[in-house]
Parts: sequence; C-alpha cells; structure tokens
Amino acid sequence: MIRIEQQDFDPAEEYRALRRSGSGTGAIATFTGLVRDSGDLKGVTGLFLEHYPGMTEQVIEGLIANASERWEVREARVIHRVGHLALGEQIVFVGVCSAHRGDAFAACEFIMDALKTSAPFWKKEITGDSEHWVEQKASDLDRSQSWE
Amino acid sequence: MAADKTITVKFFARLREELDTASLTVEAEPGLTAGQLLSDLAARGGHWAQLDGAQPVMIAVNQLMTKPDKVLHPGDEVAFFPPVTGG
Repeated sequence: MIRIEQQDFDPAEEYRALRRSGSGTGAIATFTGLVRDSGDLKGVTGLFLEHYPGMTEQVIEGLIANASERWEVREARVIHRVGHLALGEQIVFVGVCSAHRGDAFAACEFIMDALKTSAPFWKKEITGDSEHWVEQKASDLDRSQSWE
Repeated sequence: MAADKTITVKFFARLREELDTASLTVEAEPGLTAGQLLSDLAARGGHWAQLDGAQPVMIAVNQLMTKPDKVLHPGDEVAFFPPVTGG
C-alpha cells in the first residue's frame, strides 16, 4: 500500500492495518520521519515537498517488490506527504510486517534508505527569511548503497 | 496528432524554479538522446546553461531512471531533475 498525499496520517491506524495482515504475522517494524529544526540550514520552520506524480509510486512499488524478494514481507505500507509541512510534522511512514523481527527490521530500513535516494521527492527547507532546496547527502547514498 | 511527433520535457524542484519552466515540448529528431537534448537546452544560455554538467542532473524517460545515451522517441516523457532528497 502506497499513499502520496498532503494530509497527515495516523501511525496507530497504519499499525492496526498491518496487524490485520493475517495470523502468520509475528513482527511489525515501523518508521516515521519528522520535520526537524536543522538540516542544511539552522532554524528550519517548515518544509516544502515536491514529487513526480506517477514515477514516485512506481519507484516505491519497485522498492517494496525488491524488499519482498530479499526478505519475508507479508505486507508493507509506505506513506509520504507532499506540500507544505511545519516543524515537527510527520513526513513519511514505512511499516512492514513479517513472520520474524529480523525480516521486518531489515525490510523497513531498506525501503526507507532506498526511498531517500531513488524516489523522486525533493525537499525545500524554509526558515524565517530564506528558502533552500536540500542537497543530496553522501551519507544517504552510502546507506542506500550498503544494501546492494 | 501533433503530440505524437513531440517529446514532453518536465523539470522538477530547483530546476523547475530556476528555469521558470515546469514542462515544454520539443521536436522528436531521429536519434536524439536524452543527453543531447540536455545539451541543446543548455545552449539556450542564462539559467539553462547549468544543464551542461555544472550541476548533477538526473534523467528519467517515461518515468524510469536512465542514462544520457538513451535514445528518445516521439511521445516520450523526459524528466530532468536534481538528485532526490525525500524521506
């Protein structure tokens, strides 16, 4: 399940949906990313998030398929918000359920790491008096490549 | 249909803003590659000059990441954008 939307999401709701994935599920791993006060700039008050409609969903579907080949994944849910987000707001949710924790942890982390370097989203940081398109980080590329 | 003979080019994020262009169409010249199209656009000068390698530009054709040597065809959708920064 993939959703790209402006509105906020409720992680508890997503968790409940993952619990309904069947009696074979023994582990659920979830990740939530938030808008923080410093990135490339200090004093960030919000973000603007842009995406490439269509391609974004296709890339994330591919990541979930890839994760499902490498680990036992019973269901994966990915939500990513776009548009204007204020400090502290939720940006992204990844939830994976599996029979065992090792697969759930790994698949969740893989999807999140790979999303950051391959899904067509772009963040612009906003402070009191400036705006700045975020630069891709070598550390994010390293994390993503570490799964190859 | 005119649309069948053209290629749609999309720009995102910083490029969309700096070029002041979200999309445009170009003639589908036989054998045109994504990289050649990028150089042609860079030759417009001004902000467009940054497309000629000064900054990293990622290329997608029909919503799949691709390399500059990808040959374009009429009806293709090409997108040029900065390295992605979601999550």
